[in-house]
Amino acid sequence: MTPTHTQSLTGRSQVLTDEVRRGLLNTMVLIRTYEEAIRREYYADKQPAFDIGAGLIPGDMHLSAGQEPVAAGVCTHLSADDALTATHRPHHVAIAHGVALRPMTAEIFGRETGLGHGRGGHMHLFDPSTHFSCSGIIAEGLPPALGQAFAFKRRGSDRVAVAVTGEGAANQGAFHESLNLAALWKLPVVFVVEDNDWGISVPRDHATSVPSNALRAAGYGMPGVRVEDNSVEAVYAAAADAVARARAGEGPTLIEVHTLRLWGHCEGDAEGYRPELATVAEHDPIPRYRDTLLADGVLTDAAYEAMRASAVEKVEDAVDFARGSATPDPLDHLSYVFSEGAQS
Amino acid sequence: MTDTISARPLELPIEPDAGSRRLSTAKAMQEAIAQRMARDDSVFVMGEDVGPYGGIFSSTSGLIERFGPDRILDTPISETAFIGLGIGAAVEGMRPIVELMFADFFGVCMDQIYNHMAKIHYESGGNVRVPMVLMTATGGGYSDGAQHSQCLWGTFAHLPGMKVVVPSNPYDAKGLMTAAIETDDPVVFMFHKGIMGLGWMQKNRRAVGPVPEEEYLVPIGKARVARAGTDVTIVTLALSVHHSLDVAEKLEADGISVEVLDLRSLVPLDRDAIVRSVAKTGRLIVVDEDYQSFGLSGEVIAAVVERDPSLLKHVARVCVPDVPIPYAHQLEYAVVPTPARIEKAVRDAMAT
Repeated sequence: MTPTHTQSLTGRSQVLTDEVRRGLLNTMVLIRTYEEAIRREYYADKQPAFDIGAGLIPGDMHLSAGQEPVAAGVCTHLSADDALTATHRPHHVAIAHGVALRPMTAEIFGRETGLGHGRGGHMHLFDPSTHFSCSGIIAEGLPPALGQAFAFKRRGSDRVAVAVTGEGAANQGAFHESLNLAALWKLPVVFVVEDNDWGISVPRDHATSVPSNALRAAGYGMPGVRVEDNSVEAVYAAAADAVARARAGEGPTLIEVHTLRLWGHCEGDAEGYRPELATVAEHDPIPRYRDTLLADGVLTDAAYEAMRASAVEKVEDAVDFARGSATPDPLDHLSYVFSEGAQS
Repeated sequence: MTDTISARPLELPIEPDAGSRRLSTAKAMQEAIAQRMARDDSVFVMGEDVGPYGGIFSSTSGLIERFGPDRILDTPISETAFIGLGIGAAVEGMRPIVELMFADFFGVCMDQIYNHMAKIHYESGGNVRVPMVLMTATGGGYSDGAQHSQCLWGTFAHLPGMKVVVPSNPYDAKGLMTAAIETDDPVVFMFHKGIMGLGWMQKNRRAVGPVPEEEYLVPIGKARVARAGTDVTIVTLALSVHHSLDVAEKLEADGISVEVLDLRSLVPLDRDAIVRSVAKTGRLIVVDEDYQSFGLSGEVIAAVVERDPSLLKHVARVCVPDVPIPYAHQLEYAVVPTPARIEKAVRDAMAT
């Protein structure tokens, strides 16, 4: 196949090789397989009555199905030396950025082998080896990304920090302070806004005064682009420009992706507020992209099945690892408040 | 998170002799920061008006002239963004010193402070360190009103994950600042405006004092017996240390022996030192310029009661009653701990 050319929104032509396209799909499939497995494990012992605090995976659970194009499209341009801060819905970008599945899953299961030895949980994943972190507080993951970018710039490297957030976060003060400061100091940051149309139950047009958060970038003197229709290749193209700009020392960019929350805000959310609920699955980006690659001759059915099987193998290995790992010792509950000295 | 560029910690003397050179608290803080910056490129200072202005309360005077605007950074009025920036830089191995101009301003940025700076180390299971100093001005007494006069150290100390340091004099300010930069944990360094030695504010006579020229450490979490005594223990901190010492000197003539314990830090709290002193005197007065209820004063008393309630013959508190700090001078001085209120508390204690 000849490479596909995608015209990016800022004008540079991107070359999408067959390998890159298959890679994008492969990442999306791995993420979806992961989220399906977490969902299965989450509900497995919450039957017949749902009890949020019960089971092998207790607590709130925000899964990212439908938003895979953002993760795959952006993170393909990053290495483990680049930083990424994520939100309360972090699994897709964590996986795409290369956070190891075993310790990540063990953390979600609250195990001693987890990324945070069971102290963090699914909204508080920290992986120093990939400079990945997330925060459960809307928009508050942005300021630390500025600091990571500041440190990278100060060392004279071309490393970048990506701050992922939802469209609801764009109405928080932290968002606006961060855009201003990043632009003012020309920090190597890429702001990625995942517009999944919903802030829990409030539709974006009830919450946001402008049709696109990309417009808001102009207020801070940085480029802003909006990717429509959850297209992984359009995300890839926009992110290529933004990451290149950041690496070249040209400062931050804002990318908003109109993506899809395929499932509820959190598990257990019946989404009674969502009028289009019956047709949401029709917009699933993964079958759509798979069919595109099949039609373009980039992918075969057999190759897709192999992709899927490989994902299942990796994910189930991680789930088995988590299930088989020890829970933290309750007597050890004071550890890690400080790195040194007394605890209080 | 990796490839940290911080210099290896030096072996520094711990609480050396003070010598004879005298500095203000503000100059002592500046010197601690400058000496560390000179040997460690990862240290930088950031905040509002920390550059040419030198900090509203002179915490950074002279630093930009020496280290330049790349390491002494004036920020926009965006506390959430720049405190968060400090956190991210610290996570990547730098050692930021970030100034929050007034502690009172924590309301616009507390999420970065208590949900991020203070929790990342714990949530990461110890895998990510946040070696950051958040320094901030506290205290009243100069009619700055309810939003610019609060101490609030009890609020920060209540929330786990940050060390909270409150010096009362130049010697401790330098050694504690060096210790705060040195530690891998986040430290909230709360300096009282009344002990900085500023030329434009009523000056406490002990705001200028002997400070060694060399770098040294005052360990965080170790209280200091500012004056030894046998009849009454005053546990206090910051400007109230000096009011308490003034009262102790005055009452000595009346044959009352007052011990003054300067806590120097709230987190960790030196509970052993508190109990040790009360075991000697049996009478405890907590003098705290922070609000009375749900704060440091109750915690200090609990430290004794939990250990051995029989130690206590008498307990009293001289704190800010639970009202906002008033503007009018007469009203403000009716609520902050004054020497007169402290003296009355000591005399009452001796009457029991």
